[in-house]
Amino acid sequence: MIDPSKTYFMLSRFLLIALFTLPSISEAQTKYFTKKGQISFYSDTPVEKIEAHNKRVTAILEKESGKIEFSVLITAFEFEKALMQEHFNENYMESSKYPKSTFKGNISNIQSVDFSKDGEYPLTLDGELTMHGVTRKVNEKGKLIISKGKISASATINVALKDYNISVPSVVGAKIAEIIRVEIVIPQFDLLKK
Amino acid sequence: MKLFCLSFIALHLICIPELNAQDLLNEIEGDDELQHVRASFKNPKVINAQSLETTHAGVLDFRISHRFGRLNGGLYELFGLDQASLRLSFDYGITDRFQIGVGRSTYEKTYDGHLKYRLLWQTEGSNKMPLSLVLFSTMSVNTLRFPNLTYERTFVTRLNYVHQMIIGRKFNTALSAEILPTIVHRNFVLTSAEKNTVYAIGGAARYKFVQRVAFNAEYFYVPEGQLAPGFTNSLSLGFDIETGGHVFQLHFTNSPIMIDKGFITETTGKWSKGDIHFGFNISRVFTMKQPKKPKE
Repeated sequence: MIDPSKTYFMLSRFLLIALFTLPSISEAQTKYFTKKGQISFYSDTPVEKIEAHNKRVTAILEKESGKIEFSVLITAFEFEKALMQEHFNENYMESSKYPKSTFKGNISNIQSVDFSKDGEYPLTLDGELTMHGVTRKVNEKGKLIISKGKISASATINVALKDYNISVPSVVGAKIAEIIRVEIVIPQFDLLKK
Repeated sequence: MKLFCLSFIALHLICIPELNAQDLLNEIEGDDELQHVRASFKNPKVINAQSLETTHAGVLDFRISHRFGRLNGGLYELFGLDQASLRLSFDYGITDRFQIGVGRSTYEKTYDGHLKYRLLWQTEGSNKMPLSLVLFSTMSVNTLRFPNLTYERTFVTRLNYVHQMIIGRKFNTALSAEILPTIVHRNFVLTSAEKNTVYAIGGAARYKFVQRVAFNAEYFYVPEGQLAPGFTNSLSLGFDIETGGHVFQLHFTNSPIMIDKGFITETTGKWSKGDIHFGFNISRVFTMKQPKKPKE
């Protein structure tokens, strides 16, 4: 007589193994990733120029499908003035409520990139950008650079603060641009090993 | 066994599309990095008391603080506005954890200096530190002239010390609270009813009810038997209003004294009698040393 609870245990264990081994069989995707991506943003007004840099951006790219995702920790943006950084987190981005911004999308022309050949390839990205709790569809252009087997990428996008419900009080209105230039640089994508 | 096979096939069918739709990012994201909790209070000072914050590294905080006379002075004194007491101070952040500062007060023409060091820093993410612990130590010197004294007030008798621990936590974006076990040592006291060394405990909290505006409250309790009758515990209530590089603090307090040994052990006003002083602090920060820009 087999103890029924034991059978159940064995079964669930088998299922668990199946669950974890399955994806590795079914997936034949090559993935590249980085945790050292850089995002800088610039707010230029006649009164004040503000810039901030984040060097801890996470990104992952699926070579065959062209799927690409970014994750940006808001508190990792560094400003020249500490108080600005505090206000950025406390008053504008509300980083304790919305700690991360993400982009999830596709490189629609990934087929035109020859990963084995050096060169600069223009990219068309579309997907969803989530920031300050607001998700919007975006369509942007960037470029992928292959040089001696090394993959790097960059893009510059413009973000309108009001699109993401980021309000600027009128007293400081003249100091903060309505549209922020955001520069994204991935110095190097590494192969994700299983 | 049949059931088992079926479930296995079913699992294949279910989990393949599901896995494909799963976030790519999950494959590389590990534990959240340790992050220090910032902006528990808007300023290194709650009202009179020290807060859990220190001035950021490389930042100079210039503060102008005023306390006016008593509200119960009535219209004749324009509710206290005819008398003003001032403190000017400069605080500087050597690192994000270590602050030094100097000040000068109207009260007893006092010069003061302090050291403030954050020993424990509350963190978010994995491996959490639930609270912050800040050490504060200040020394002040009374520089009043005493022309009619029959005895000599040597330099040593003019010195006072306050040592404090500030233990607290930012509970959420709005609420932060702290307690302040404190030792005050005055080298010279006027009457034998007053102890040279006084133990006290303070409590302070802030509630940020809208963006950029917070309500603050602080109270210092001095256990009985250490001060002469007539001295009271200090209670202050006020608001922080933040505009760009300034923080304005507007408040009501029964203690017009802005140095630590003063408001803890030398307060005489009573809220119940209307001995309430209006006051404000203006804090303006200057970035003296900028952090390095990332390499291109």
